[in-house]
Amino acid sequence: MNSFLIGPAVSAAITMVLALLITIIDKLVNNYGVVTIDINNGKKKLEVKGGSPLLLTLAGQGIFVPSACGGRGSCGACKVKVISDVGPHLPTELPYLSPDEVKQNVRLSCQIKVKKNIDIELPEVLFNVKKYKARVVSMRNVTYDIKEVLFELGNDVIQFAAGQYVQLVVPPYDKVKESVQRAYSMSSIPSDTRHVELLIRLVPGGIATTWVHTKLAVGMTVELIGPFGEFHVHDTPKTMICVAGGSGMAPFKSMLYDIAERNLYPDKEIWYFFGARTKKDMFYLDEMDALQKKLSRFHFVPALSEPQPDDKWQGETGIITDVLDRYIKEHIGKDNGLEGYLCGSPGMINACIKVMTAHGIRENEIYFDKFA
Amino acid sequence: MAPLINPITLIFASIFTSNILLSNFLGMCSFISISKEWKSSLGLGLAVTFVLTITSAICWVVLYYIIIPLNIEYLSFIIFIIVIAAVVQILEMLIDRLSPALYLSLGIFLPLITVNCAILGAILFMQIRNYNFLQSIAFGFGSGTGWWLAIVLLAAIRERIEKNPVPAGLKGPGITMIVIGFMALAFMGFSGMIQVQ
Repeated sequence: MNSFLIGPAVSAAITMVLALLITIIDKLVNNYGVVTIDINNGKKKLEVKGGSPLLLTLAGQGIFVPSACGGRGSCGACKVKVISDVGPHLPTELPYLSPDEVKQNVRLSCQIKVKKNIDIELPEVLFNVKKYKARVVSMRNVTYDIKEVLFELGNDVIQFAAGQYVQLVVPPYDKVKESVQRAYSMSSIPSDTRHVELLIRLVPGGIATTWVHTKLAVGMTVELIGPFGEFHVHDTPKTMICVAGGSGMAPFKSMLYDIAERNLYPDKEIWYFFGARTKKDMFYLDEMDALQKKLSRFHFVPALSEPQPDDKWQGETGIITDVLDRYIKEHIGKDNGLEGYLCGSPGMINACIKVMTAHGIRENEIYFDKFA
Repeated sequence: MAPLINPITLIFASIFTSNILLSNFLGMCSFISISKEWKSSLGLGLAVTFVLTITSAICWVVLYYIIIPLNIEYLSFIIFIIVIAAVVQILEMLIDRLSPALYLSLGIFLPLITVNCAILGAILFMQIRNYNFLQSIAFGFGSGTGWWLAIVLLAAIRERIEKNPVPAGLKGPGITMIVIGFMALAFMGFSGMIQVQ
């Protein structure tokens, strides 16, 4: 009886002693004291506790480097240029870095630890990024699979450029054991700094979109991190050609309302092509119509690729790229030059880039966010 | 009782005449997979030597002051593995803090060592051969150094093979196994000199 118990008890005791030893040594050894993070050559200096990954340390100071995986080193989004020497690149970083980035000492901020004073470079816009506690104040089905969700930011305000996106933090639910973050373009007007509106389409099997469509309800509070992104209207006299499908409507809604409200870029003609399969995938027709009346230089071209007899559709038909091709040929004036703005599936974006470049629009003047 | 071998002799014996890799064939998986480059094999060999020396000392204490008095030898395997894992963890943290340069050169190899069977193998030899404390440390250090020597030699040979035409079917592990065989034969040449048992 005794000998039967002694064995397991002793091995458990040894394990406990060793675990305790590891914890104590971890506390003693991984105490790096206070270190300074110098951002953009002295623009900003942070005094932080050393020993944690750079990504988490920065987040603790209210600077949110974009990260889709939350610091597990699986998305490669949290790239930061490090100026001081923090040792050679780790094998966990290399798959996400191009040879050029390795040369410039770009690092994954979730993989490198802050152990001593460190100099880094960050885009200025990140200082503007905050974590918001956002309460859902309304949810509306704009189509059978797209929800328009309006968040209220409480006492916080958000300053963003039309076209930027936020990361929605989805808590663990059902079989999803870990919190995930997904990027969504804001569809609200930038002048309304107390609200954020997102258009979220249900993706079959999608972790975040399923949660939004089945669990999220009015009154719930979620975390939003943002604003992020380089997608914005460029201040040129060139004619703006926008193409979107589905929830790709979001950034354009924000841009167009912003332009209409402040009468921005008064010389810019704006064409907006919006593609859907059938009438039931189409939305915001009345809103866009009202915008056209208010803003004479704005032209909205909705198109259905598979109009049903019941739809009684009188607008354009055909795949959006064909409609776009035809309009650039026949209707759009090219005197001021053209520039492209895209938001939608990667397939749609690639097809539109093909059509646009065929019409002489340069690739560096076709703008889009790649996170879709 | 084992014959009392001088610890110094034991070091040389475990490096050359009974090399843990080439005469007992322990630790083969990392031996073959990490020996493509001379530099990383140097790092791994160094880490193995380091861990083996320290764990054989700690495991000797655990064996003679805990396991044998309590008569739980049947659990020694599990306890040894736990001790090895914990020691590697602690070492990793200490090296990271005290010598970042060494940490970077050992870096990813340290955690790999937890599952290196050469470590557990050497400790079990230490147990069945009834080594005393000094002998255990000597044997651990010698075995580690022997492993290190073997992997560095193999890596150097493989870097040369890289530049030579090897029949397609033998490329990679095939030719490596043949090379290891020859190396083992060469090391057997030492075996008459000292007998370790």
